[in-house]
Amino acid sequence: MITVIAIVTDGLVYAAWLFVVAIGLTLIFGVMKILNVAHGAFYAFGAYAAATAIGLYFDRGWPVVGGYLAIATAAIAIGLLMGYILERVFLRRVYGKDEVVVVLITYALFLILEDVLILIWGTDGRSAYQPYTEAGSFTVGGLPLSVYDIGLVGFAALLAIAASYTIKKTTFGRLLTAVIYDRETAAAFGVDVSRVYTVTFLVGAVLGALGGALTAPKISVTPGLGVEVIVLAFAVVAIGGMGSMEGALVGALIVGLFRAGAVHLIPQLELFSIYAVMALVLVFRPQGLFSRAQPRKI
Amino acid sequence: MTGLRILLGAAILGGLGAAAPFTPLWLISLVTLAMSTGLVVCGLIILWRGGLVPFGQALFFATGAYTVALSGRWFGVTDAFLLIALAVTMAALVAFVVGFLLAQYREIFFAMLSLALSMILYGVLVKSETLGSTDGINVAQASFFGMKPRGPGYTFALFWLALGMVFSAWLGVSAYLGSVAGQLAGAIRDNEIRVEYLGISVTRLVHLKLTISAALAGAGGALAALSISHVDPQMAYWTTSGGFVFVTILAGAASVPAAFLGALLFEIVRTIAVALLPGGWQLILGSVLLLTILFVPEGLGSLMIRKRATAPEKGAA
Amino acid sequence: MSALLSVNGLEKTFGQVVAARDINVDIPQGQTVGIIGANGAGKTTFVNMITGHLTPSAGTIRFEDRDITGLPSRTIMRLGIARSFQVAQVFPTFSVFENLCAATAIARSGTSVIGAALSRFVSAETSADAETAIAQFQIAQFRDALASTLPQGVRKLLDIAMATAGNPRVLLLDEPTSGISLEEKFGLMDVIMGALKARGTTILFVEHDMEIVQRFADRVLAFYDGTVIADGSPAEALGDERVREFITGTLIRSKDGKLSAGRASHA
Repeated sequence: MITVIAIVTDGLVYAAWLFVVAIGLTLIFGVMKILNVAHGAFYAFGAYAAATAIGLYFDRGWPVVGGYLAIATAAIAIGLLMGYILERVFLRRVYGKDEVVVVLITYALFLILEDVLILIWGTDGRSAYQPYTEAGSFTVGGLPLSVYDIGLVGFAALLAIAASYTIKKTTFGRLLTAVIYDRETAAAFGVDVSRVYTVTFLVGAVLGALGGALTAPKISVTPGLGVEVIVLAFAVVAIGGMGSMEGALVGALIVGLFRAGAVHLIPQLELFSIYAVMALVLVFRPQGLFSRAQPRKI
Repeated sequence: MTGLRILLGAAILGGLGAAAPFTPLWLISLVTLAMSTGLVVCGLIILWRGGLVPFGQALFFATGAYTVALSGRWFGVTDAFLLIALAVTMAALVAFVVGFLLAQYREIFFAMLSLALSMILYGVLVKSETLGSTDGINVAQASFFGMKPRGPGYTFALFWLALGMVFSAWLGVSAYLGSVAGQLAGAIRDNEIRVEYLGISVTRLVHLKLTISAALAGAGGALAALSISHVDPQMAYWTTSGGFVFVTILAGAASVPAAFLGALLFEIVRTIAVALLPGGWQLILGSVLLLTILFVPEGLGSLMIRKRATAPEKGAA
Repeated sequence: MSALLSVNGLEKTFGQVVAARDINVDIPQGQTVGIIGANGAGKTTFVNMITGHLTPSAGTIRFEDRDITGLPSRTIMRLGIARSFQVAQVFPTFSVFENLCAATAIARSGTSVIGAALSRFVSAETSADAETAIAQFQIAQFRDALASTLPQGVRKLLDIAMATAGNPRVLLLDEPTSGISLEEKFGLMDVIMGALKARGTTILFVEHDMEIVQRFADRVLAFYDGTVIADGSPAEALGDERVREFITGTLIRSKDGKLSAGRASHA
């Protein structure tokens, strides 16, 4: 029984983290048809920026609550900065090119940014555990639960609600839907597609950076942490259906729970389980769970 | 391919082989490694021409490499030719099986699904003690028809073996590219519906391409395993696949020799970069990749090759 | 006499929408059949079902006394039913010659991809077949032009020429003259029919221009609301009251006595 509870709680925490990372990836893909490998770099930079901010903040001995604000500020700032540079300088040039070519561009950017990260922060690991430990923990039925982790799940839930609200109820959401559905028609009806792209990319970048920033207090922040994230996030997005927000949520839950299950029951299969479940989903629903199949036309 | 070209190719490779004893050993090892990469890239070209970009070719590369390592460790197989044959067979077999899933996909989905499949293997290799876990396995020195050269002789033997593999791959891949199936790559990229209505299955064609490219990747993996005398999970990692894609972009999909030259350039730049700028390898790799895609999208190979009026293929899809 | 192509109770529904219903047609060897009907009447659905692009919801399609209902399009093609497309389907980065080589090479190498890997793309046989098709369809002057640069009419011819590479017994042409100017339509149809008659192919063609139907068809199938409302000689079918009401609309009799739908024939 305790194992089941552990699997569910761990799975939820893991899913929350995956969702924050994956929703940025799926948003950018859905709107811009760009599979952004550099999303892993947003994540890594977010984690480093947050670790730095936490270090600076807690060294001064300021109240703990502000530390969370510092994390968010650092992530948003670095996300906006990187998103802006990448979109303006590089991606603008390749809009409308073959999707695979664009993936390669973002892959190249990712490689470059990985080394830039080391140039800025060095190769030594950093820890910024204060926000995690200061939040405290309690036990439920003999199982320790961290308040920070619960906060993470809460944040992911809020994010899901906010995303759903934005898409369905706001003007920008309608513009997004229009562009996702048919870019040319949307442009013909006067939607400023270029602006929608910029905003989307910035939002996606900030979400990627936030994912990293929120994870920073839980781990030792070391170079190379962006690599696994991008592959995992892709697995989530592929399971859910590329470009689908609901898909990202369901995909994150599936991957999160499967991984937690594997970790507790058969630890050797941890990584394997994630991709196996992805392959399984794709065998039966090649387009992912929440994506419409596109009929071929003659 | 004309007899003259075959003769010329044989002469160049023969010359390289003859020059080996007068060449520093480190350079021979480097070229051998470059040829293993070149073999994988040959396979990528086959897919590339059909508009398919695999981000997980390391799956087959690592399958080949581990087949060599494990055949030696478990069954005591040491004959280099047998090891390579086994590696090629295993890689092709894995591709044949995963092909039933993978061949239904195109474009980004093909790319990322192949990546995910390679990560499954990576996950298994990293976690499995019997397969050497993160440390990998050492590969015993191979024998050649019962002969067991040691020291510099072993390096030469591997080099000559590599030359032979390159020559066979060149002939085989050129023949394939000139076949109906090979030429239909451009047709698949252009218009799948038309190909189906000419009476042949696109899915099966892609499946075939995948299997052939995997066999080449397996051969490359086997050669790399023998040349490095070690295999580790990194060989299945997605950055390894990224390196293959990188060389393909650099070389372009236009010609087989360009693939090997691209691979050689790649190994040289890597060696220099690692020596001079230890932290800057990815930076250089990424920048070259970015500049190549933005300014020479057909690959550097396209700069060396005269445009033929009847060449239907283009480099990047 | 048994029909070459025999369609019984054919039906296709997409959810609530009935695209085709209760279609019963027998086509004997050697006939040239014009298919008419307004947009959405079920003509292309009919063609798509016969050629395997769509699986019928009900009914059977028999070809040479063999049930081909629901087979994949490439298998149907192999059995001897080919088609052309409303929007010409060619390989834009191939030249005309290479497009035809692709078609003839596949026709010669067989269904197996292994066979395709072992036979040469440009061989004496495939080139000869390609050159024959180029001559028959009168597109020699475009032989080495990339398909993406071809004029619309030539692209249509190439599309049809590729469809005939396997010497099909039945060829379905989906609006062969759509997108072609009025002046060129007859010339184009003359070339197509000339090339196909030489091969003795049974032809079904979808067409909106009644003059073309009258001139080239031995028999007309008139589609309305997903089914065949008239089936007979051009004179019979075009004279049918319901055909006049639903399809051809106000018929205008031109000077030479031909009928055309809704507009004066070209001057």
